[in-house]
Order: sequence, then structure tokens, then C-alpha cells
Amino acid sequence: MNHDHILLAHGGGGRLSHQLITQEILTRFGSGPLASLPDAAALELDSSRIRFTTDGFVVQPLEFPGGNIGDLAVHGTVNDLAVSGARPRWLSLGLILEEGLPLTLLRRVLDSVQRAAADCGVIVATGDTKVVRRGQCDGLYITSSGIGEALPGFDLRLDRILPGDRILVSGPLGDHGAAILAAREGFENFHTPVSDSRPVHRLVEGVASLAWGIRFMRDPTRGGLATVLNEMTTGQDFGMLIRARELPFSPGTAALAEMMGLDLLHVASEGCLVMVCAAEVAEAILEFWRTLPEGEKARAIGVVTADQAGRVILESAIGGLRVVDVPSGELLPRIC
Amino acid sequence: MNYIDGFRDPDAAARYRVTLAQLGQELADQGGRACFMEVCGSHTMAIARFAIRDFLPPAVTLVSGPGCPVCVTDPGYIDAAIELAGQGKIIVTFGDMMRVPGSRSTLAKSRAAGGWIESCYSPVTALELARAHPEREIVFLAIGFETTVAPVLAMLDTARRSALPNLTLLVAFKLVPPVLAALIADPELKIDGFLCPAHVSAVIGANAYRPFAENHGVACVVAGFEPLDILYGVEGLLRQKIAGRATVDNQYNRVVRPEGNPVAQRLMDHYLMPAAVSWRGLGVIPASGLVLRPEFAQFDAEQRHQLTLQPGRPNPHCLCGEVLKGKIRPAQCALFGVACHPDHPLGPCMVSSEGSCAAEYRFASGVTP
Ligand code: SF4
Repeated sequence: MNHDHILLAHGGGGRLSHQLITQEILTRFGSGPLASLPDAAALELDSSRIRFTTDGFVVQPLEFPGGNIGDLAVHGTVNDLAVSGARPRWLSLGLILEEGLPLTLLRRVLDSVQRAAADCGVIVATGDTKVVRRGQCDGLYITSSGIGEALPGFDLRLDRILPGDRILVSGPLGDHGAAILAAREGFENFHTPVSDSRPVHRLVEGVASLAWGIRFMRDPTRGGLATVLNEMTTGQDFGMLIRARELPFSPGTAALAEMMGLDLLHVASEGCLVMVCAAEVAEAILEFWRTLPEGEKARAIGVVTADQAGRVILESAIGGLRVVDVPSGELLPRIC
Repeated sequence: MNYIDGFRDPDAAARYRVTLAQLGQELADQGGRACFMEVCGSHTMAIARFAIRDFLPPAVTLVSGPGCPVCVTDPGYIDAAIELAGQGKIIVTFGDMMRVPGSRSTLAKSRAAGGWIESCYSPVTALELARAHPEREIVFLAIGFETTVAPVLAMLDTARRSALPNLTLLVAFKLVPPVLAALIADPELKIDGFLCPAHVSAVIGANAYRPFAENHGVACVVAGFEPLDILYGVEGLLRQKIAGRATVDNQYNRVVRPEGNPVAQRLMDHYLMPAAVSWRGLGVIPASGLVLRPEFAQFDAEQRHQLTLQPGRPNPHCLCGEVLKGKIRPAQCALFGVACHPDHPLGPCMVSSEGSCAAEYRFASGVTP
């Protein structure tokens, strides 16, 4: 392609559109259902229990330490399926491009989509590309829907959570939000936070044999761990107690939070799994998680309690107790 | 263990718990109670984050003071910022200002309606935007206490030296000692001691608190922001209360000098002069703010656009002033939880998640694990 930037004509349906699709999309994603560019992908499933999710990605900046909007879109969609107890199978890829977007940047993003999809074992089965005028979108937006097959054995419901259950996290908290913030504010030093954008499906599939003891899973994206745990406890007849000393944080993220006065409980991760499980299976799950790079820093961070119903309580680093609240208002816009 | 962890040692904290319990008992045996105020928002945040209140004996209450710059920003100031956004100026603000209510609207709503409003963590963002958009005027919302003033002035200094014509400040700097003086002037004040912020004190000097102790009998302890610093500070206040003393106790003398930081003071003096300003919930307090000197009018959004910051109409039923003085509990305010709640705050004590009213709203039934 001999243009350096996206032009309106790349979305116009004519020759340039065709070129963009064949040269940039089909070369990367054309080996599967997308090959003949059908209007709708034909997919075959063994199971009738499917999970279906959709998400939009508007992160700014488009590229950040640890990833870019492309792998973020794949991981975000894959992770929504994984925490529902599903094996991710197919994704859609909707691209909204701003006139003037450098083609080199688009290629890097598409390369990341391709790599991330291969890593997650998912196929980009359908897609769409639109170009809007300069100023009408901020470089590049992605929408992605995902289809997964429910894994047998998982019965994930809040009403299965019992006092005494354990709360596990698979990795450091807040790395994605901190990386975006650092990138936006131009902090570059010896330990800049790096986004944890990565898939969690292996963490789920690898413990499927213990699914009977797994009550509920979420990925703590927007609003962070505090929001996820509050969503689990609000209106329920149990509470949660977590311990600040057990919470895993990366050094760069922790340093940034100290400097900026951020409460990392409110900051997003994009490659972390929060699980509530029976005490009997907790150790085995942690042990398996720690064999994978994405679960290396996994920790049990707390327990489900019979008292403090509906609340999340934190035992602080110095041993005081307090309520963990959801953040109000906008903390960090456009992190995903 | 790194440097910071040394100030967060749970065993040391447990020892403070015991000491404070003993002192609290001693006070209760005298038939006394103590109410201390942490003056500054940074202390408030640390107290919340590390659950310091959980270490206090029943005879001791710690209330949050007027030291959160966002919370005490007058509604009229927000109105002016919204007006400037409506005129097509780019507004740059610390993010937590977005949902603070003006008389009629918020910056968040103004942005949703098409205003260009950028939230930032550092004033430098305003400089970058001013360079990137020479055709637009960038208005930086310059709020804050003594500690925020210097970085904002440093930014302004750069703008001046690089002759950037399109950057202005909407100034609402505030000063800690005058508002404490205003609180203290109330004969019914129920505050026994101030936990004074180390960083503000590093600028203004610990001497600034002496009149409170000497003329009004309010104990003052200058403390750092690590949890053990704060526990130590509370212990110091409690000891003064039990002994019936009121002095200025500078526990942070590794940074805070009696006379403060002369370099920062000179920079402030060069650009700014004291003025009477309006505080949300407290009204106009003489010499409690800093405004740009007339010779820098070109950088003053207010003067350049002939705005007059009308003191906004605070809700006449908001009793924040009384809450801040420790005279009533938030729940005694008729608006509490009805017209005023965290998603629709009316007074400063509800704006910040750690303000007294917001804290009481959320933790209404107390933590009793
Ligand atoms: S509840 Fe609201 S209106 Fe009442 S004192 Fe508190 S902040 Fe003011």
C-alpha cells in the first residue's frame, strides 16, 4: 500500500477499502472463517451452552508500556469469557479509524491482535472497518464481541458463596491503570509501571477439575478490586475481609501510587483474575496458577465472612480495619 | 523492608493501639473526651487508607478539617470555570474537581455538553496544551493550599519566560492558618487540638500555629503522613489534653523549620498577594487566600475576562461549618442523606469521599468486625 496514512477513501467501499482489507486484514486473519469475506461467519459448535460478550475499546494512548489497543481488545474480550467459565473461541473485530491515522501504527495494532488471538487460541471470525473524518474519533477505536463454550463443571453464582470461602487474586493489582496514567503524564523512570494486559483463560481452564469448589470469578478492570468485591457483596448476607499485607503490587505501580496518592484498590488490571472459592481448593488453585507466568504472583488475599454482611473490610498495612468503598466519579477516563 | 515500610510496621502500630487505649482510659477517668481535627486532606486520606480511626479509644474523636482544597472550593468558582468552558476555552483541572457542584452544574456536565475540559495530575499538562493549541486559551484551575502553590507558580514562570500568550490561571489558592483562625474564633468550638500537616508546615513554618495554642488553648502537633507519624501525632495531642496543656509540638522537625521555607515564600510573594476569599460552607474569610498581583493580570483569567467570582449561593441549610467545628454530627444536618449524598454533594464535607459527611454517610453503622 503506497499511502502512509488512513484516508477517508479507505472506508469508502472502493479500491482503497479493498486494498486495506486484503493487505492488512486478510493477510493476518484470512485463514479461517474470514477467508472469503462472507457477510456472516459460519461457525460450528459442539456444545449448546455458549457465552457471548461484547466490549468497546477507546484507550488513550493507543500504545502504552505493556501493550496497545489491539492486544487489549483481544484480552478484554477473552477475559470476559474466561471469568464466565467459558473457553473463548471466536472474536469479532470492529475497527473505527480516524482519517490521518498512520498506517504503521495500524499495522502494529493489527499485529498485536494477531499475536494475542493466537496466544489465546481464538479466531477472529468476522470484522468491519469504518473510517471517520479527522477529529471525529481519537485515532482508533475497536469493538470486539466474543463467543465461548461453557466449560463443564463451572456453576458460578454469588449465592453459592459461603462464609469461610477464600478470595484469590492471580497477580499484581492496578498495573494497567497505573501504566496508562504514567504514559499520559509522561512519567518515564527506572521503574515505570507496565500494563498487565494479558489473558486469564489458562488460569481458568487449568483449574476446571476443581470447578466444583469455585464459586465466582471476575476480572478487576474499571474500578479495580474494590469495585469487583463490592459488586459481589452488596445486598448479600456475607461480607469480605481482605488484608492489605497480602495484596500483590508491582514495585513500579506501588511507587507511582505513593507519588500520586492513588488508592490501588480502585485502579484497573487487565490480566488479573479474582476468584472466590471453597477453602479446600484454594491451595491447589494457587499452586497451579503459580506454575504459569500470568499467575506467578498469585495470592490468597482474604476470606468471606459471616458478619459485616454486604461490606468489604480491609485490614490495613498497620492492622486497622476499614470499609473498602467503590470509587465515586471518574477516576481515570479511557483506560480501556 | 524498604524506607517506607519502616513507617508502616504493624507491631509498632499495635503498641500505639495499647498506648492510646491507656491514655484514652486516663482521659475518660477524668470525665473527659477529646475531639481533634486533622486539618489537611493528605492526612485525611492516610487516616482512611490505613484505618487509623480503628486505633482510637472511645473517648477520642478525629474529625476532618477544611484542608481538602477541592471540597472548600466555592460554587461560584466552579460557575466561573464552566462559563469559561462555554466560551470555548480549554479548561485544565485536577481530576477530582470534575464532580464538585457549582451553583447549577458541574464541570463533568459541562464537558458532556461539549466543553473541552482536561483532567490532569500535574500543572505541566496546561503548558503542553498551550503549546499544542496556540489558537485557544488554556485556563488552568489553580486551586490548592500552600503546598500546591509552588508547583503551579513554577509552571506559570515557565509560561512567562517562554512568552506563551494563551495560558491563564483561574486562581483560588487558599491558606491554612486563616481558616483555622476563623474556626477557632467560634466560642463554642469543640476542637481540642489540630493535627497539622507537615508539608504545609514545611512552607509556612511551625510558628504559624502558635497563636492557636497560645491564645485559644488549642493544642497543635505537626505530624508527617505515614501512619506511624499520625498515630504518634494523635498520642501527642492526647497527652497535651490530659495534661491540660496547649503548645505547638513539631514532630516533623526533620523537614519543618520554625520559620518555614524562605525560597517558596519568596516565589509566592513575587506573584501573589493575600486576599479575602470565599470558602464553600464557611463563607468569606479575610486574608485567607492568595490572588495574582495586578502586574500579572494578563495571566489572570478572572481579570482578563472581567469575570467577578460571585461567591456561589451555598445551600442555606448546609451546616458544614458546624460539622467542621465539631459542634454537630453530620446526621444532625437536615439535608444529610436526603438532598445531600455522595453522588449529589451539597457541602464540602460531602464532596470528598473522606469528608466528615461522606464518611458518616457510608459508614453509618460503623465497622464492628
Ligand atoms: S450533609 Fe451535606 S449539606 Fe449537610 S452539612 Fe454535610 S455537606 Fe453540608
